[in-house]
Amino acid sequence: MPDTVSIDWYVALSIILFTIGAMGVLLRRNAIVVFMSVEMMLNSANLAFVAFSRYLGDLDGQVLTFFVITVAAAEVAVGLALIVTIFRTKQSINIDDINTMKG
Amino acid sequence: MGNPIVFFILALIAIASALGMLASRNAIYSALFLVLNFVTIAVLYLVLNAPFMAVVQVTVYAGAIMVLFLFVIMLLGAERSGSRTEGLRDWEWILAGFLGAVLIIVFLTNLVMNPSAVGDTAPFIDTSPAALGLRLFEAYVFPFELTGVLLLAAMIGVVVLGRRKKMAQLEKGGNDA
Repeated sequence: MPDTVSIDWYVALSIILFTIGAMGVLLRRNAIVVFMSVEMMLNSANLAFVAFSRYLGDLDGQVLTFFVITVAAAEVAVGLALIVTIFRTKQSINIDDINTMKG
Repeated sequence: MGNPIVFFILALIAIASALGMLASRNAIYSALFLVLNFVTIAVLYLVLNAPFMAVVQVTVYAGAIMVLFLFVIMLLGAERSGSRTEGLRDWEWILAGFLGAVLIIVFLTNLVMNPSAVGDTAPFIDTSPAALGLRLFEAYVFPFELTGVLLLAAMIGVVVLGRRKKMAQLEKGGNDA
């Protein structure tokens, strides 16, 4: 067994987590769980950023991760507010019920 | 880039918690699995010489964002996803699992075909919050300012979305009176 992990393994883990997140977005019908899956996809991208930052000895990857986390926070706040608003009108957060553009 | 045993244990926990999030019927369990996933990735950040990002990951992601998620889940009473069609049929799960596995295998094959130069990792660099802040304000001032605008826009948007119904009621009440 090698005494250190190569960058490839981190990219592989990132790929696997991203795919599971994408499956969550496509499979689940609960809008909140769909959002959580999107968060996991962003997180797997962050993992790749930080791994490459370590691999290349460059701080930029971590700065970019910082921005991704900020955007994710803003996105979650707006998304959850939208879900709450939709729940008030529709009494449901099942994405199959949200099939019209009529409020 | 870290001890293989530590990496594989953490990777196993991360993948297992991700699958748990995907498969949980109860949205609360999904959220808790996701917290575990985030914390595991924070530990991986520590292994990758990114201590500040690890702390930010735990406080912002596992702390603030997931508390918001749990709060909304409990506010809406959406633990059971309140849906009649959440239960996908068996063949749909099997097909989805198959397609997901194909996607992962395609990605990983690509990775195995084009391996990086192993053992070529750069030496440790200074990743203290001070160094990170200097880089942020030297090279990324404009994106940083844009982030501020983005957060302000998000905040205003949330306030407007949250207040819309009350405003409508107020206008209605005003018309009635």
